[in-house]
Amino acid sequence: MSSPLAIETEGLVKVFGDTRAVDGVDLAVPAGAVYGVLGPNGAGKTTVIKMLATLLRPDGGSARVLGHDIVRDADEVRRHISLTGQLASVDEDITGRENLYLLGRLLGYSRTQAKDRADELLHAFGLDDAATRLAKNYSGGMRRRLDIAASIVVTPELLFLDEPTTGLDPRSRNQVWEIVRALVGQGTTVLLCTQYLDEADQLAGRIAVIDHGKVIAEGTSAELKAQVAQSTLHVRLLDPDQRGEAERLLTRVLGEPAHADTDPSGVSVAVASPDKAAEAIGELAQAGLPVAGFSLGQPSLDEVFLALTGHPADAEEETVA
Amino acid sequence: MSTSPTTTAPSVNGDGPLTADHQQAIHAALVSGTRPPRASALTACRMFAWRAIVKIKHVPEQLLDVTITPVLFLVMFVYLFGGAVAGSTQEYLQFLLPGILVQAVLFTTVYSGMSLNTDMTRGVVDRFRSLPVWSPAPLVGAALGDIVRYVAAATVTVVLGLILGFDAGGGLPGIVGAIGLVALFAFGLAWGFTTLGLVMRSPNAVMNTGFMGLFPLIFLSNIFVEPSTLPSALEWFVGVNPVSHLVDASRGLMYGDAVAGDILLVIAEAAVLTAIFVPLTTKLYRSRS
Ligand SMILES: Nc1ncnc2c1ncn2[C@@H]1O[C@H](COP(=O)(O)OP(=O)(O)OP(=O)(O)O)[C@@H](O)[C@H]1O
Ligand SMILES: [Mg+2]
Repeated sequence: MSSPLAIETEGLVKVFGDTRAVDGVDLAVPAGAVYGVLGPNGAGKTTVIKMLATLLRPDGGSARVLGHDIVRDADEVRRHISLTGQLASVDEDITGRENLYLLGRLLGYSRTQAKDRADELLHAFGLDDAATRLAKNYSGGMRRRLDIAASIVVTPELLFLDEPTTGLDPRSRNQVWEIVRALVGQGTTVLLCTQYLDEADQLAGRIAVIDHGKVIAEGTSAELKAQVAQSTLHVRLLDPDQRGEAERLLTRVLGEPAHADTDPSGVSVAVASPDKAAEAIGELAQAGLPVAGFSLGQPSLDEVFLALTGHPADAEEETVA
Repeated sequence: MSTSPTTTAPSVNGDGPLTADHQQAIHAALVSGTRPPRASALTACRMFAWRAIVKIKHVPEQLLDVTITPVLFLVMFVYLFGGAVAGSTQEYLQFLLPGILVQAVLFTTVYSGMSLNTDMTRGVVDRFRSLPVWSPAPLVGAALGDIVRYVAAATVTVVLGLILGFDAGGGLPGIVGAIGLVALFAFGLAWGFTTLGLVMRSPNAVMNTGFMGLFPLIFLSNIFVEPSTLPSALEWFVGVNPVSHLVDASRGLMYGDAVAGDILLVIAEAAVLTAIFVPLTTKLYRSRS
């Protein structure tokens, strides 16, 4: 309550035909940090961003962005925000420099100022060599960087980033992350929508998990992990052939179902406390199932998501423990 | 604002990694990105017109069909029907040219709807709509940029007409006046197609529907034949068709016997089109998700 809020929403609703795309979303986004909105395809992330960026009128509820009502003071909201949409919001039929020049002029810079600003940004984002190429000929990573550069032609107080790294290779993804960190380091608030748990984990201070248009959990990454309440014990056996036996024993001792890991000699199981974990390791040794190593870890956000929604966040994505 | 954009030179470009120098440069860029006073509505419109013209500059071929169509129509009609309709090709050219000018320019107005429809499917419109600028500026600017197309189509038509022997009694002022009047009417009509561009699902649908609406207006007008030769119901339609009014006024200007009433009627019709479709387009553009 004490720190200023960049975004406050109460019961935000948006309906498309029969779809309640956003179904009563309450958010309190503190200023000066990355706030993650995490959800699978169709969860309603883009629709939330579009309402907050004044592109869509809500069908219910209310929201204030930097203290301005998104419906009544839409124009004032636009003066303080920037949007990097899910579809790259660059103009593909003109060059990178022309994109930035156009925005500079639209935002009120003079000709010279806009030219200088365009060059400054192209340079900072490593796009000098591509400055005079049509944006449609940029690689995905370059287009995203141009897109973000376009969003900070005037440094915004609040930046909306809608899935900024979807479809990027790991190196380009890292570049975007570095840029986001630089932005926040300079005092910009970032609302980041993502389907990637590791992205939210890496960048966001607080995270709202949404599914089917509703916020199903909210908190810091650590708090969300704690909501699942348990830690995970990972055990590596000396002999992979004994894995089935070990799974049965751990399940019996800890009263939780043990799972085989991707590692052929690995088994994981949820435990309530470190004491319980130590006890289970002892039982394994006594039963003649020698252990090569074990670790007690916090659950990953993947596991959190699974626990919260009952379905995995992203079917084809990696599950890194 | 940035005084010297280049402090240290980051070594790698394009898809290379972002270095610590880039990080610093990004920090510097963020610090210097102070907000200037808001751009005026006029500047915003001018910049969107600039955008349209820059696009033509990058892909000049897109003016080809705009200019080839009138050339084909003019040559075909004059030499194919000239003898039959007006007795001689020369007389028919004299009758037909102002009408072909009108047709050439009005056909290009459908493109306004198609290009807006294309824009809407891209993310860039979301950015434009989230900017603190006068919100119809992207539309007005694009409409102004389209005047380049009108003038290109008109110029090609008139130059070809003059080469083939058109006698412009109104001289250069008459020609320029006619082109101006046609462009003004086209500006109004194009808003009808931008409305269509916001209602239709694809650029192709815009084109098909647009031309379906435009064809009767073009062909059931006085462009190709004297209305007095037509059956009475048709003659009535041709008489009330605004395209006919535009052709009358253009002929007057190009022949050098313009009637003020004809010109004023066209201006009024252009104003009515603008008054109906500008608010409609703007409203749809604002509410489109
Ligand atoms: N303009 C629209 N008309 C109709 N339905 C829509 C529209 N926009 C979104 N929807 C629907 O609303 C729901 C939420 O969509 P939204 O784009 O907000 O999800 P998302 O979380 O951004 O998903 P993704 O990760 O795929 O981008 C989906 O079921 C979608 O089909
Ligand atoms: Mg989305």
